[in-house]
Amino acid sequence: MIKKLTCIACPQGCPLIAEIGQGRVSKVSGNKCPKGEEYAKQEIENPQRVLTSTILTQGLALKMAPVRTNKPIPKNKILEAMSEIKKLRLNRPVKVDEVIIENFMELGVDLITTRTVD
Amino acid sequence: MISRDLVIVGGGPAGLAAALAAYENGVKDILLLERDQYLGGILNQCIHPGFGLQYFKAELTGPQYAERFIQKINHIKEIEVSLKSLVVHLTKEKALTYIKPGAMQTLTAKALIMGTGCRERTREMIQIPGTRPAGIFPAGLAQKLINIEGLLPGREVVIIGSGDIGLIMARRFTLEGAQVKAVIEIQKESRGLIRNVVQCLDDFNLPLYLRHKILKIHGKDRVEKVTVAEVDDKLQEIPGTRFELACDTVLISVGLIPENELIEMAGVAMDEKTNSPESSELSTTSIPGLWVCGNAYKIYDVVDGVTRDSAQAGKLAAEYLRNLP
Repeated sequence: MIKKLTCIACPQGCPLIAEIGQGRVSKVSGNKCPKGEEYAKQEIENPQRVLTSTILTQGLALKMAPVRTNKPIPKNKILEAMSEIKKLRLNRPVKVDEVIIENFMELGVDLITTRTVD
Repeated sequence: MISRDLVIVGGGPAGLAAALAAYENGVKDILLLERDQYLGGILNQCIHPGFGLQYFKAELTGPQYAERFIQKINHIKEIEVSLKSLVVHLTKEKALTYIKPGAMQTLTAKALIMGTGCRERTREMIQIPGTRPAGIFPAGLAQKLINIEGLLPGREVVIIGSGDIGLIMARRFTLEGAQVKAVIEIQKESRGLIRNVVQCLDDFNLPLYLRHKILKIHGKDRVEKVTVAEVDDKLQEIPGTRFELACDTVLISVGLIPENELIEMAGVAMDEKTNSPESSELSTTSIPGLWVCGNAYKIYDVVDGVTRDSAQAGKLAAEYLRNLP
């Protein structure tokens, strides 16, 4: 089977052609760099995305503190992860890249801040 | 009158990169003016990933990208940062006046770099008929309301135009639990980056209507619905293709225009079509010692290019100051 994809690893957006056999990617073409091959394999075998959002703060200079997963998480976990993030409150000052939740939802990624909030 | 070697207007990615580069190239008296209460500019509300792939070889969010520069700047005592400082007047002699809480200050800059960014094109600029109810937002304003103010501007959203901010906001509204009914684009292709069509629309099965336009926005106090139709090659409605979409919110994402009122006031020769300075070389203007960089100079797709080119402007300003008698 052949599947056409658009690489989202960078803003170039290369059009990719992936050859698939038994759910695995056997060949990728159309990519201008190795990231394209990596992306096509992952997108077909186990699609993942970085999730970013904000959490409500209490008693800090900014009302909302931006957060992200430090690595991509499975695409089908995104909405569940959003409802977990919505439950969180931040009531201590944080530096950028500070871990808020280690091993978030047992996905092997950390939820980290993306801005210093005093 | 007080005189400063280099004044930079705007503490977003352009101003930050220009300040650092000027310092690294020998300028030891730099004043950075920012009208907001934080440095970082528009990056602060761009909480999505995708920044820094070229410049840092890492995929950062907007605030992370900004903070890498802010931390450096905060450690350099030769760069004086003045927040909540809004420049209100500029002359061709590079005398500028700014206001900040409790004070008004006028000074002359030997060299001046403008990193004043851009603003969004509005509904009025694309002439959509209909009423003027609440619920119509430029996409970037909705982004600020959600990501900075923590407010959700609506629950059923139609997005006009497929610019990157509109696409990013389609995903953001969806993640926040709102329903994005459609993205309507009059052209044959998305205006935004293809990766944003994939990860912001396709990932959530959000419909993109290419070659469609909004004929009318309906609603008395609040937006109630929009009328949409397919268009032909001349962008005219194709009869029989009309349909309506119920919604309480309309986002406008139809491009950006450089914000350059100050240099215009100073008499810089302007290109009226693009609202940017007439320029023979990158970042230069018709006034010697005055540069414009970042989105005020031209609209960039990605911030990495703003950083690269604005650093160049900082370097040019340093050279200019070295060669002054």
